[in-house]
Amino acid sequence: MRSEKRGTGRVRGPVRVALLHGLLALAAPVQAQGAPTLNGGDTAWMLTATMLVLLMTIPGLALFYGGMVRAKNLLSVLMQCFAITALVSVLWLLYGYSLAFSTAGMQAGAVNLHSIVGALDRALLAGLKPDSLYNTVPESVFVMFQLTFAIITPALIVGAFAERMKFSALLWFSGLWLTVVYLPMAHMVWSGPGSLLGDLGVLDFAGGTVVHINAGIAGLVACLVIGKRRGYPATPMPPHNLGYTVVGGSLLWLGWFGFNAGSAVAANGSAGMAMLVTQIATAGAALGWMAVEWALHGRPSVLGIVSGAVAGLVAVTPAAGTAGPGGALLLGIAAGVACFFTATRLKRRLGYDDSLDVFGVHAVAGILGGLLTGPLASPALGGFDAAVASPLAQLWVQAKGVGFTIAWSAVLSLVLLKLVDWTVGLRVSEEQEQVGLDLSLHEERGYNL
Amino acid sequence: MKWITAVIKPFKLDEVREALAEAGVQGMTVTEVKGFGRQHGHTELYRGAEYVVDFLPKLKIELAVTDEQVEQAVEAIGNAARTGKVGDGKIFVAALEQVVRIRTQEVDADAL
Repeated sequence: MRSEKRGTGRVRGPVRVALLHGLLALAAPVQAQGAPTLNGGDTAWMLTATMLVLLMTIPGLALFYGGMVRAKNLLSVLMQCFAITALVSVLWLLYGYSLAFSTAGMQAGAVNLHSIVGALDRALLAGLKPDSLYNTVPESVFVMFQLTFAIITPALIVGAFAERMKFSALLWFSGLWLTVVYLPMAHMVWSGPGSLLGDLGVLDFAGGTVVHINAGIAGLVACLVIGKRRGYPATPMPPHNLGYTVVGGSLLWLGWFGFNAGSAVAANGSAGMAMLVTQIATAGAALGWMAVEWALHGRPSVLGIVSGAVAGLVAVTPAAGTAGPGGALLLGIAAGVACFFTATRLKRRLGYDDSLDVFGVHAVAGILGGLLTGPLASPALGGFDAAVASPLAQLWVQAKGVGFTIAWSAVLSLVLLKLVDWTVGLRVSEEQEQVGLDLSLHEERGYNL
Repeated sequence: MKWITAVIKPFKLDEVREALAEAGVQGMTVTEVKGFGRQHGHTELYRGAEYVVDFLPKLKIELAVTDEQVEQAVEAIGNAARTGKVGDGKIFVAALEQVVRIRTQEVDADAL
């Protein structure tokens, strides 16, 4: 859990001393007494991890989603992911990093405004110099690493309203959502002693709550507010190029090692274990989805196994720093099976058009992973967090964190979507939707055959 | 003269071509087509969303034969293309009024 790691470095505090003890055992080699100094190995790994996480969005997520839409909307999805990458980078410089990670005004154990959102003292990255450090890595690298998380989270939501949102509305919504929903959420979990959920003791190693539940719930709200694609579900809307989806899903799998193992913010045993359990959970989930689909539909599908892998990656994200290999396998299988039912059955039953299953995969696997992270951190269940004495007690703490995230994201996302709908309008015209967003919004085609 | 049009399963093309060659047919035209008959389509399933694909890929073979060759040619196609399962295709035979070989201006049976 990053907030705790921060606590062990620059802003040592009394919060969750027992939990901190558990992480110290994992991260021992990099913990120097007194002021931290730059570690070349840690820095090299974090530079690498940052690039891996960026790779998850462009081109990983962009291709994963792009392959699932119809051919006439391929470019629109790639464009949305690409533009979000650029937009969030600039907002991150202007005020994003500060609102998420400024520790000014925070007090361990005290709840005030800065338990929820950071101050603006680091706006425009004020005070950042080449020799500024975050633990044992340059702060510039930490700024970049965290930026890549801020990029992928709004990009994940794209899958819910794919094939029907105006590009201008997408930019407004993504910028506002980052500001109002993501930045405070990251602050509440990761900014260290005095942060709202950090002080509660919620375990979230790499962003199950901040990234996946947050984006998944926003996706559900978004697809309900914007409405179904015209013709859904009577008109067939099959994926136009599952090959892209497999390439994109594979890049997500690869990039996720930066996401999870990088969240140790060090090249140490915690990073290594995070990488291992990520692989195990992902494999379990891919096979889990495939097996259920094979049994119930009679065929193992390519889209199924890739979707299962992504569900496993999501589920293990909060647990990557604390779960053991056995726990990770169980978690992965559970996520693969659960998401099969939510993405294929629940969606049909309830009738909402979450085009690419942002809710069915990210929110559901995020919630499952967020909850099971608690018990699976317990040494009694093969986990590595000595502070988690009772699996059930930690489950309850996790449930509070998960519940808070769901409510936070649902309410604020709804307000922002309505706001953008009333001002610029969320949805393209019927004709534009019929022609396809590539031609109607960008005057280009993905395929000139 | 007759004009034979046969719609067959794509993987049967080589066998049909060989059988027709043995029956003395000198040439044919093959087109990739889509359609359906009693086989109807098939279903595709993406994350639980079932789509019925009405039109299945088939091959259409067209050839012109003399009246004496018709029976043998139809039999050759029928035997070679048959799997016994629904979707094997159909053979249509129609009267053919005129044939011209462009290079030599030969007509009808001489042009075949």
